Order: sequence, then structure tokens, then C-alpha cells
Amino acid sequence: MSHGGTVSLSQPSSAQGAAEAIHVENLHKKFGELHVLKGVSLSARDGDVIAIIGGSGSGKSTLLRCINCLENPTSGIIRVNGEEIRLKADSHGNTQPADRRQIERIRSRLGMVFQSFNLWSHMTLLQNVIEVPVHVLGVKKEQAVAEAEKLLARVGLAEKRDVYPAFLSGGQQQRAAIARALAIQPRVMLFDEPTSALDPELVGEVLKVIGDLAREGRTMVLVTHEMKFAREVATHVVYLYNGVVEEEGPPAALFGSPKSDRLKQFLRNVG
Amino acid sequence: MEAKLIDAIIPAAASGIFDLLALEPPGWGGNLLRGLLSSVQIALGAYGVGLLIGIGGAYGKLYGGPVVRDLLGLYTTVVRAVPELVLILMLYFAGTDLVNRVLIAFGHQPVDINGLVAGIGVLGIVQGAYSTEVLRGAILSIPQGQIEAARAYGMPPGLLLRRITLPAMLPFAIPGLANLWLIATKDTALLAIVGFNELTQTTRLAAGATKAYFTFFLAAGALYLALTLFSNVIIARVERWARRGTPQLSETR
Repeated sequence: MSHGGTVSLSQPSSAQGAAEAIHVENLHKKFGELHVLKGVSLSARDGDVIAIIGGSGSGKSTLLRCINCLENPTSGIIRVNGEEIRLKADSHGNTQPADRRQIERIRSRLGMVFQSFNLWSHMTLLQNVIEVPVHVLGVKKEQAVAEAEKLLARVGLAEKRDVYPAFLSGGQQQRAAIARALAIQPRVMLFDEPTSALDPELVGEVLKVIGDLAREGRTMVLVTHEMKFAREVATHVVYLYNGVVEEEGPPAALFGSPKSDRLKQFLRNVG
Repeated sequence: MEAKLIDAIIPAAASGIFDLLALEPPGWGGNLLRGLLSSVQIALGAYGVGLLIGIGGAYGKLYGGPVVRDLLGLYTTVVRAVPELVLILMLYFAGTDLVNRVLIAFGHQPVDINGLVAGIGVLGIVQGAYSTEVLRGAILSIPQGQIEAARAYGMPPGLLLRRITLPAMLPFAIPGLANLWLIATKDTALLAIVGFNELTQTTRLAAGATKAYFTFFLAAGALYLALTLFSNVIIARVERWARRGTPQLSETR
């Protein structure tokens, strides 16, 4: 990291020395005139659980979506598993991945979980879970089915394997979406506000599954509004304000003794 | 009253009807069925061609560059604006003429273009314009998150089209596509104008030869109706399959 950005690099507390799974440096994202991310840096080493918090419009979902290029960053460096995503400028002055195959390869090892689940509605849960292993990663179908059954059992949906997503509750759909993400054996799991679209009584069952994954040492980047949960499971918390990292650090420090006035204000408002 | 009406329009020699419609000559029944078969062949072919054009057209309109979008806009606007009869006359005569001119220009012999192929081509182009719009609307109706999820998991565009976009849009496309199929079966009758021996043309010939106009056109109407009823059964099955992941309205209330 010879070319240091204008903002501080994160210093994960838990896993010094582990390999860096995700490295984001001086990331900018503009939507037309709107400057959403203004030089954000982030690092996730193996075993890290990075929680990104912040108010609405702070850019936290955009940051997460830039990691797998669902949003194309305007400028900055993104490395996944040590491989830098090559970007090129298009004719409109926006960037896009220079190499479609590279971005597809990188994406196929990042398990994304969306706010609105986004399960494929024409497939049963089992079909949803085996889809990417079989058709993108080239796993044999029998093997993928066996693996998917284990994963569905793990999220408590073994008996729902042949049900279509629309017939299930939001909590069940999100747990199935987590199983789908796990099925690709992701190097990193990306969670984009995974409980924000759920009825309050269904939040717990989804957080429990995510919490178990965090405790078993999975690397994950989690955008969340659940402060209590972030405090419990994260190894490192990043507070975004208006497109910049306002404050970051271990959860105990960040939630226990916040330094920034904005973070104090934010924690008062959400807590 | 009703009985009187029927007496009035059906000649007293009712048994003559069966002679006229007999499958073996001198009856015309066999010809009518062969005409129906031709109609079904053209409809199937044109519908298939239309679907292929429609998938490409919808994709081009949604994701293509400005030039592709403009060209497709021109195609769908023109084809949907001009009466099909005019289009058929235009494409059938001008189209076959054009093919032969090209062949001659490249030093080949002109060919006699098969009526079936020409019919499928002409109606396929018409169907394609409507399919493009039906499928474009259906693709837009897919919850965008499902497409995004496929991209987020590294699906290349071809796989995404085949595995996600096409099956996910099907529930939204089926009503429109079913309409297009029924229109395709009836548009085959327009090919009578260019002398192709589909059901309507055969009926005209039979009626003209025997002067039993009413009998033959009633028989043809019954055959078209039977084709539609049979189609409805198939469409209902396809729709049930396509909507397998969608709860019934009564279940979501």
C-alpha cells in the first residue's frame, strides 16, 4: 500500500497477519452530480467481521455494492483475494470492469445476501441453492444437491427444499438466501442490510444464522442497522458519514467510547 | 323460431352436407383437414420465428446501443402500424422478388420460393414485432433484484438470459404470448390472398366448386374454433407451469 489514500486504512483488531481478503482504497463513487463515496478505504482479512454502520444516504450500501462491482466505482482500488479489479472508463465518463470474465470470477466467490432476499422466484429453495454451484462453478449436480441439503438443514429449512420462495416468510427466504450464498463456498460474505426488509419478529432468526457464521470465523462484510448485533459479532466497525469514514475501530471502543460527535449523535438516535 | 331459421339456412338435403364434407373425394373434408394442417404449420413456424425475433428484439431494445434501439423501434413501429394484409402482400411479393434479384445479381438461378417458407417468414416478421413488445414488458416486470442476484453471483450474460431472465419473465409474458398464438393461427387465413392453400383458401376453393358456401365456411369456422379450444388447453397447462413459483391471487389476499 505504497500509495496511501487521504483517509486512514482500517486496522482490523482480530486477525493481524491473516491474508487480506478484501482491500478497498480511496474509493470514490459519483451518481451524476451526487458524490456518494468520497475516498473510502476498507480492509478485511480472513476471519474479520466488518460491520459498516451509518445513517441513510451515508453510502454504506454503495460501498458494499462496489466491492463486487454491482456499482462501478468512479475511482479507487479494489482488491479481492489479492486480485485487483481492472476498471476502464466508458464513453460516458463512468467506469466499468475492463474484463467481464475477471469480474464474474471474483463475484462467483463473494456470497452476497441482499436486503430484499432476491431469491429466484421460478426455482425451489434447493434449485436456488444449487444454481450457482452447478451452472457457474461447474460442480456436479449430485454433489451440489448433497451440499445444498446440508446447508438448508443448517439454516433450518431442510423440509422446505421443494417449496418456491414466494410461499415462504421473509425470514425463511432470507435464511435460504444465506444458504445460497454459502453454497458457493465464498471467500467473503457480503450482507447488505439483511434484516431491514423483515418484520420485527423475523429479525431474530436471521441474525442468529449470521451470528453463528461470524462465530465460526467466516470472513464477512456486513452493512447493518442492528447496532446491538454489530457490537456482538463484529471484529471491526466502520462508521460512514456522508461518504467518508468518520470513525472506525473495534466494536467495544466504537460503541463504548465514540470520539466523533456525529457518531455519538448517531448512536443516540438509533439506540 | 330457431328451428325454422335452421331449416331456412340448411338445405333440405342435410345428408348432402356429409357427402360434401366426406374425407374421400368427391368429398372435400380431406382437403379441409390438409388446409388446417398447413395453417397449423405456418402458425407454429411463424410463432417460433416471432418468438426468436421477440427475444432478440426485447433484449436489443432493453440493453442494446442507441443504433440498435432505434432500428428496433423503427421495426416494431412500422410493422405494428401497417395493416397485416398490406404487409403480407408487400413482404410476400416484394420479398420473394428481392431474394431472386439478389440471387441473380450474384449469378445464381432464380428460385421458386416455397409458399410455406414464405408464409412463415412473412407472418414471423409480423409476430416478431408484437413479441418484442410483449417480451420487453415481461422482462421489465421481473423484480430487478433477481437479475442483480444473478449478476452478483458471477453469471455470464448468456447463462443469465437462459437460466434467470427467460424463465422469470414467463409468468408475465404468457397472457400476451397466448394472444399472439391465437392471432397467429388466424393470420394464416390472410395468406389466402397470395394463393397459399391453407384452410381459408381451401375452403374458398371447395365452396366455389360446389356452391355450398355456407356449409364450407361453417366447417372452416368449426375447425378454427377447435384449434383455439385445443390451444386453450395447452396454454392453460403452460401457464400453470410458468406460474409454479407464484402464489394464486386467492393465496396472497
